[in-house]
Amino acid sequence: MATAATLGELLRSQGISRRAFLKFCSATASMMAIPAGMVPAMAEALEKAQRQSVIWMSFQECTGCTEALLRSNAPSIESLIFDFISLDYHHTLQAASGRAAEAAREEAMHAHAGDYLLLVDGSIPMVKAYSTIAGISNLDMLLETAAGASAIIAVGTCAAYGGLPKAAPNPTQAVSVEELITDKPIINIPGCPPLPLAITGVIAHYLTMGTLPQVDHIGRPLSFFGENIHDRCYRRPFYDRGLFAETFDDEGARKGWCLYKLGCKAPETYNACAHVKWNDGVSFPIQSGHGCIGCSEPNFWDKGGIYDSVPMGQFGSGPKIGAAATVGVVVGAGAAALARGKKHKTEADLHSGD
Amino acid sequence: MTLLDFARGPAIHWSLIILIAGTIWRLLGVLVLTRGADLSRPRDAFGNFKGYRTVFSRAWPSGEFTTATRYQTAMAYVFHIATLIVVIGIVPHIEFITGLTGLSWPGLPNAAGVAVGVIALVSLLALIMRRVSKPAIYCSTWGDYFAWVVIAAPLVTGLMAFAHLGPRYETMLAIHILSVALLFAWFPFGKLMHAFWFVFSRAQSGVAYAHKGVRI
Repeated sequence: MATAATLGELLRSQGISRRAFLKFCSATASMMAIPAGMVPAMAEALEKAQRQSVIWMSFQECTGCTEALLRSNAPSIESLIFDFISLDYHHTLQAASGRAAEAAREEAMHAHAGDYLLLVDGSIPMVKAYSTIAGISNLDMLLETAAGASAIIAVGTCAAYGGLPKAAPNPTQAVSVEELITDKPIINIPGCPPLPLAITGVIAHYLTMGTLPQVDHIGRPLSFFGENIHDRCYRRPFYDRGLFAETFDDEGARKGWCLYKLGCKAPETYNACAHVKWNDGVSFPIQSGHGCIGCSEPNFWDKGGIYDSVPMGQFGSGPKIGAAATVGVVVGAGAAALARGKKHKTEADLHSGD
Repeated sequence: MTLLDFARGPAIHWSLIILIAGTIWRLLGVLVLTRGADLSRPRDAFGNFKGYRTVFSRAWPSGEFTTATRYQTAMAYVFHIATLIVVIGIVPHIEFITGLTGLSWPGLPNAAGVAVGVIALVSLLALIMRRVSKPAIYCSTWGDYFAWVVIAAPLVTGLMAFAHLGPRYETMLAIHILSVALLFAWFPFGKLMHAFWFVFSRAQSGVAYAHKGVRI
């Protein structure tokens, strides 16, 4: 945990040059759609930023979101910003355990009441017994901790939209943060896991502006989730030319053609993967040869198969069509029989009148 | 459930069920009502054959009508062929059909699909303009206009979805699929059933005339 009083001090102590820091500020400002003229002000504000108290709650999750943020191959400014915040409670990272850990959470809640930032990863089971921490259910702990938070960042698709735990049949009756908390500013940073830059970018925005960035209709920061991956994908020209990989080991796959037919969900998925990429800009799923699975969209687990392409209909079962054909035969035959009967009767009436 | 989930799921599913049940209902309901054999002696021994031939020979109007019908016949052909190419030629449609039937074939490049889609839409506009400008010829009913809207909607929404015009892509795609669902559900009950009826009506005319020895 960092001991520097301001972010500037911390970065200098870690050997980060002013130039590298300004580059980070420019990149973040650009990603967050902040005007370029604001970069010096942003740098100044970030440099002078005091340590922000953060409580990180982990509920029904896999720790992948934390891993994504911390397991970068070299310490980046993003991870240093994460170091810089006063992370007062985080299961995976804190040294304390048991009662000492809970005491740290309660102390932070009282010392920074109304001022701490609450980060949540994982969904919350409405059946309380399914997930507890120190004997306290996830639901109770979230409600109690959220009450004193200045803002809440739902990290990962589970916290933002319910994610995997909420997938059918949702045995724990999992819900997202925004389904439970309605009186606090909440921002969703979905992804399985989310881009680390999206997490730190939102934190940097909060540290400099004191507010959460502008969001889309499902609470995601527009700066990272404003465009769909398909529009930014480097394989898009192959889509336009009609060149597709049909299997994972055919000529198209080897030549890096579009993965649309292999179930790539990029056309309906909004995220910055295609241009921010992962591991310090090394690659992203589509570049590694696998289609996007749409992990930053609500209920992505239940949207049909990962390898079913976007335009495929999601039919319950084939026999229904057969049943429909049978219904058609029965109704058609019935209608015809009635009409024939009526016709014969009319003819008989006509003849009897002759 | 998002709009796209609804469109790709229950909407298109039930519209297909209505399409299949409705089409079989209409076909059976009408075809079982045959007139029965004409007991008079046929004047042309090849009546049945000529009836089937009429299905194809009426694919283009007789010479006497060329001037009067050239425009709409040509436009109708352009529209039908272009629409068929769009329906079975572009990759998202093939993917849909593959999902439904398991069949698959190579698709057109997107640019070609868009070009053919625009041709289909323009020819459809040309046809409705003629219909509107010559009411005495067509005696149109609301069913004619409704069928036109039901056919034009998937073309317009499909082109918009491809071009990323209007709402977000997934919303536009959902609207496109819903417009197709409307087309499927309406198909058996309106003028669109001509896709099936034209075979039987032409054959019936051909057989009836051939029986009487009329050359057609």
